[in-house]
Amino acid sequence: MSLELLVEAVVSGILLGGFYAAVSLGLSVAFGLLDVPHIAHPTLLVVGAYATYALAQLGIDPIAAGFMLMPAFFVIGVGLYRFYHALFERRGGDIALRGLAFFFGIAFIIEVVLILVFGVDQRLVEAAYIGSSVQLAGLQMPSRMLIAFALAGLLTLLLSTYLSRTFTGRAIKAVAQDQTALALMGADPVRIKQSAFGIATATCAIAGALLIIVGPVEPGMGRLYIGGTFCVAVLAGLGSMKGTLLAGLILGITESLVLTSLGTSWAPAVSFGLLLVVLAIRPSGLFGR
Amino acid sequence: MKFARTFTALRMAVAASVVLGIIAGSAHAQEKKPVRVGFSIAQTGPLSGAGKSGLLALQIWRDDVNGRGGLLGRPVELIVYDDQSNAATVPGIYSKLLDVDKVDLLIGPYSSNLTAPVMPMVKQRNLLLIGNFALDANARLRHDKYFSSLPSASADQWAAPFFDLAKQLQGKAVALLAADAEFAQTLAGGARNEAKKRGMQLVYDQTYPPATVDFSSMLRALRVKQPDAIFVAGYPSDSAAIVRAVKEIGVGDSVKLFGGGMVGLQNAPVMQSLGSTLNGVVNYHTWVPEKSLEFPGVSSFLARYQARAKDANVDALGYYLPPFNYAIGQMLEQAVTATKSLDHKLLAKYLHDNAINTIVGTVRFNEMGEWSQSRMIYIQFRALADKNLDQFRGPGKQVVVAPAAHKTGDIVPFAAARK
Repeated sequence: MSLELLVEAVVSGILLGGFYAAVSLGLSVAFGLLDVPHIAHPTLLVVGAYATYALAQLGIDPIAAGFMLMPAFFVIGVGLYRFYHALFERRGGDIALRGLAFFFGIAFIIEVVLILVFGVDQRLVEAAYIGSSVQLAGLQMPSRMLIAFALAGLLTLLLSTYLSRTFTGRAIKAVAQDQTALALMGADPVRIKQSAFGIATATCAIAGALLIIVGPVEPGMGRLYIGGTFCVAVLAGLGSMKGTLLAGLILGITESLVLTSLGTSWAPAVSFGLLLVVLAIRPSGLFGR
Repeated sequence: MKFARTFTALRMAVAASVVLGIIAGSAHAQEKKPVRVGFSIAQTGPLSGAGKSGLLALQIWRDDVNGRGGLLGRPVELIVYDDQSNAATVPGIYSKLLDVDKVDLLIGPYSSNLTAPVMPMVKQRNLLLIGNFALDANARLRHDKYFSSLPSASADQWAAPFFDLAKQLQGKAVALLAADAEFAQTLAGGARNEAKKRGMQLVYDQTYPPATVDFSSMLRALRVKQPDAIFVAGYPSDSAAIVRAVKEIGVGDSVKLFGGGMVGLQNAPVMQSLGSTLNGVVNYHTWVPEKSLEFPGVSSFLARYQARAKDANVDALGYYLPPFNYAIGQMLEQAVTATKSLDHKLLAKYLHDNAINTIVGTVRFNEMGEWSQSRMIYIQFRALADKNLDQFRGPGKQVVVAPAAHKTGDIVPFAAARK
């Protein structure tokens, strides 16, 4: 591989990694911090993509649409968590397995609703930055991937700041560590967790917008992202936002290098192999404690 | 006494008339018992885009044939199950269709991957099956009662016109990019064979995983090899992403022919969204509104399909699969009407021995049940504008460049066609 091709592959990988991080940040909150087996997360990304598509049909820019949808998605997340808590978490027992079944069911229902509302065809959006490219130091980069990377960075920064600098953010981190201790301090763990789940779901709005900016979407697409998003969240070290960005970048760069050199069909094997190696060395992930 | 005898006689007469009435009623019901045509077709999952439009086409055929009095004087009923685009569901569905629903006629599930599990069952039970766009489905079992609706007998035949075009453009070096899935891999195998037959060199030959998001790395690696032609065998999401990446990154000045076997570039929403990005791409298709493909009945069918497509939330144009699914109904209808029978042996013999007139042309089957004359067309997108679905409804935008029998324009090199 020539040096030019290698540099291009690394830069492409960084941009792709940003996209992977963006679609995994919400899962890092829901699964990493709250320990909720949120297997419906990728399907909510697809909902975000379709909602963006619906707003884009009204002439709204897809990125602006993603931000506009965040409050609605927060409310959806709060509702979803309350439902999950009332039916499963509160009752105790084997929550992980039943929670997994619950969120799998939710994902399936959402997929069917999307089919009924939007049909089964692929949907795409149009914008000036889709289908165009930018010259960066002699490298030609797709604008849509640059935007994905920039938004991933922004989301990571906002979430990290929120979780470390605000009272609710610190409470979310606390509930992840010791729910009983937090309750003894007078805070309601359920309310904190529902806020955190709302935030996790709100990120699906903007990440969903990125999903449809990067490529076409169809109702069943969420299934393709289950492995990837969980891989990033686990590799990051559960609950670490900066770790999620870094894990996304590592996976993106690895995949890009493999696609360019070794052979395209090796890409998933190398990515998941990397996850196994990291977990063997650091069982708690890159930034896990 | 006389009264008792009269009463007994009356009772017997009533009983006899009731029995006869039941028999007559039963015979009448038997007459009106519908002809049941069973199949599975994807209504959910990745194949549902085509599956839903295919089902609508078969429903239109059912309505048409019932309007003509049905088959053998009996109404036609479709027994349909959603296979969820999942091959694992197919054996169970077809067992139910045969053993519980007791259907009279069978149509295969949509696509090659899902047809494969049905083939051993129909071979074992010696049943007639009309395959629904399954590529090379009968190659191994060689079942004498299988017939295909796909206008191409093999992957080699499917890919051949593309490589004829490459040869025409003096192409010597070929790049091949294929999704890691059954259909794409079969087609890629055909592409390799056809390139080899013409003495072309494969300078890049890669398979990509189904969840690939960004194709720019692959295009860069491919560009370095300076191919003359690039053959892509991909699924809808990949096809659109690859076409976009080609616009963003480029494929290099060496490329004279780009396209091949990209599924999805026949779908109305994808075509509308990609618009001018498609210019110059040469891709396979089954039917487009060009003069050479104006077969009797196809325009009338598409008008009715398009009128119902919006409410059914399916592909607005319906050029790719729907006419061929309607044709499946016509194949069954012509065979049943001519033989006056639902006997699978007689129907299969008729289909082997006779030309079948459909809205996608006159079809003859070879001994394998495939079309004896391949009719997979290659079209080149030309002079497309953005955000305009209606431009695809007329000729000149999807010019047929191969095969010669249906050609409506000469191939234009990729770079020139994109200007």
